[in-house]
Amino acid sequence: MTAYIVRRILFAVPILIGVNLLTFVLFFVVNTPDDMARMQLGAKRVTTDAIEKWKAERGYDKPMLYNVSAQDLDQVTETVFFEKSMRLFAFDFGNADDGRSIGHEIRTRMGPSLAIAIPTFIIGLAVEITFALLLVFFRTTYLDFWGVVLCVAMMSISTMFYIIGGQYLVGKALHLVPISGYEGGVDALKFVILPIAIGIVGGIGASTRWYRTIFLEEVNRDYVRTARAKGLAETAVMYRHVLKNAMIPILTGVVVVIPRLFMGSLLTESFFGVPGLGSYTIDAIQAQDFAVVRAMVFLGSVLYIVGLILTDISYTLVDPRVRLER
Amino acid sequence: MKGFATLLGALAAAAVGAPALLRWGFGVLPVALWTDVLVWLLVAIAVGYAWYVRRQAHLHAPWQRVLRSTPGMSALVALVVFVVIGLADSLHFRLPLEGKSGDGRRVYAVEVLSLLDVLVTPLRARSERTYSAPLATRAYQRETVELPDGKVAREFPRLRYGGAHLANEADRDRDVLVTALQGAALGFATWWALVSAFTGWLARRRGLPLGAMWRALRRGETEVPWLAVYLTALGLMLAAFIVAPLAGKYHVLGTDKVGEDVLYQSLKSIRTGLVIGTVTTLVMLPFAVLLGIAAGYFKGWVDDIVQYVYTTLNSIPSVLLIAAGVLMMQVYIDKHPEFFQTAAERGDLRLLLLCLILGVTSWTGLARVLRGEALKLSELEYIQAAHAFGVRGARVITRHILPNVMHIVLIALVMDFSVLVLAEAVLSYIGVGVDPSTTSFGTMINAARLEMAREPMVWWALAAAFAFMFALVLAANLFADAVRDAFDPRIAIGARAVGAVT
Repeated sequence: MTAYIVRRILFAVPILIGVNLLTFVLFFVVNTPDDMARMQLGAKRVTTDAIEKWKAERGYDKPMLYNVSAQDLDQVTETVFFEKSMRLFAFDFGNADDGRSIGHEIRTRMGPSLAIAIPTFIIGLAVEITFALLLVFFRTTYLDFWGVVLCVAMMSISTMFYIIGGQYLVGKALHLVPISGYEGGVDALKFVILPIAIGIVGGIGASTRWYRTIFLEEVNRDYVRTARAKGLAETAVMYRHVLKNAMIPILTGVVVVIPRLFMGSLLTESFFGVPGLGSYTIDAIQAQDFAVVRAMVFLGSVLYIVGLILTDISYTLVDPRVRLER
Repeated sequence: MKGFATLLGALAAAAVGAPALLRWGFGVLPVALWTDVLVWLLVAIAVGYAWYVRRQAHLHAPWQRVLRSTPGMSALVALVVFVVIGLADSLHFRLPLEGKSGDGRRVYAVEVLSLLDVLVTPLRARSERTYSAPLATRAYQRETVELPDGKVAREFPRLRYGGAHLANEADRDRDVLVTALQGAALGFATWWALVSAFTGWLARRRGLPLGAMWRALRRGETEVPWLAVYLTALGLMLAAFIVAPLAGKYHVLGTDKVGEDVLYQSLKSIRTGLVIGTVTTLVMLPFAVLLGIAAGYFKGWVDDIVQYVYTTLNSIPSVLLIAAGVLMMQVYIDKHPEFFQTAAERGDLRLLLLCLILGVTSWTGLARVLRGEALKLSELEYIQAAHAFGVRGARVITRHILPNVMHIVLIALVMDFSVLVLAEAVLSYIGVGVDPSTTSFGTMINAARLEMAREPMVWWALAAAFAFMFALVLAANLFADAVRDAFDPRIAIGARAVGAVT
């Protein structure tokens, strides 16, 4: 298994280089450093000197992909692409446009993001699976039919409605929690509880329906009939047999998102004013701060690949038949 | 094939004839926006597909199952209404101005209007100065007004159009009620007339006595759930007939910051949502189908490359990829202002490019499913037999593999629609959605969001955007479910849900 994981990690390198090339093309070829300098410096009549100075300060004065004037290996390394993109491999994110270290920002903002994302994920998963099992328990009854209709209705509602509606109802009308903001320590609880609740409610519709179809497929298998035939109660059948056997398809969808929890939720954090990575990303997009966007793209890709590897490992944990030796 | 050729001919004639008719018959200058062309192309494809399905028994059967699904049919009725509104909003032209230019040619207004704009002219033209609540007669904010006796006072001024016909404002509630009841009665009567005529036609076709037909309908014994269709139609007709006369006298859903009618904005947003939901899929399909099937069928290095490309694209958080694409597009558009004659054209190009970007970033999910399916199919006996007969790869794909994965493509198409409509709102909120001048659910929500803090709250624009979006997405989801159940209940294709990442 160790050999397998090492190989998977090596496979990740070309993918990450591809990601970097893609973002590089998007950010530097269409929008050249000259354009960026003009936008950052603001005024229309900026001199070429000012642009050159801006570029030199930020290291954009080198050739894009290939340095003709340099020697040997420096032909590749003394370029904007290598300086700006390949450094990400060492998790050296450089500085944002306002001069602050992106790496430091990511480390400090990770906490609030995780404080919301992890409880939302765990409680949400438990609630969704319980609801899905309930629907399957009452299959072919009106409860199941209307439950599914309710799920479809809930997934047809925009996430933004849940957030705005929740903020209005709980924060403004009932004054139970502050509408937005964040504080560290124990005080964080009153700030994160509403985003977590809204995150759970917003996810119920689509996920419950999805897990229901997975469980429905298992419920008609022979081993379920055997379990019932030997006299097990329906709840025991559900939780001990169906749930366990449905684990593989569930894990496929679930494990891959776990590492991405670090990145936080864009909308929730932005609406609730939580200083996490999600709101950091949104601010960067709106301010067109490419250094930050590039760093977040890279981080997202790494976490996605970690998620894929974790998914494979999790298969071996729930299903002993799976062996990672391909 | 002859019928198909006739159909193509008719479509071509329509494509040439409609603008000519508009120009010479109504004296307007037709404007073909890019998205209009694509929307009508999609309509042509849909008509062609429907015509094709009619003669293919294996496709006919699953569509009949769709027609027998109660939620599916109700949703279809609602969707048809949305599509008709969207299509009416996809015929653009410029109205002629009075007088002629020096060389005797007609002069046209700069403003690009659609058929829908003309149909709902009262809604479009009667704008107030600023916010007003639904059905209000007075503005939402106090203004300094001069009283008849020369004094100056701060009060809520009467609206220019909302309830302007009322001599006494106290009559408003009664007036609204009477108008609504009259509308409801008229709507019910129209509905009843249509339903009776349709039931009569059904009975004639089945050779049943009318009474037996009604009984069967009431008990839900018909194959197609007509009762559900009738009830959905009743709901929609009542809504339309109640709102229409009221909209002539009041602002039924209020007005926004610049005094524009919110109902008008909501109607205009439908087209944007439909375009994003459908044109994106049109962009995505060639990538997904070609690359997915090629990877699964040819295997080897083709498979490696395709897998590499989609894993790379997949690994980038979708919102960031879309944002990067849109920011670059914005830079490009800003650099080339000379491309666009009118603001409508600029907004339209941005909408089209947004669809392109969404398409390029969202084909990976479907491609992966199609790759797996092609892998599975290429091992089956009939493909092996085709190989043994010396049939070439490209022909095997078009004759044997493509028809057998079309159901997956169709399901992906209908399931992606609602995801994309919801995603538009999120992207517009982040600032990487449609052009701010294009009316969409996203821009409506974005504009209204900042007014939440006002006291009393300006809630109507938000509520209208969310309600219309909910109706559209719910109908699309229910219909997609019916299609999926009919074609392949086991399949689950998650579009790269932009919503899931956010």
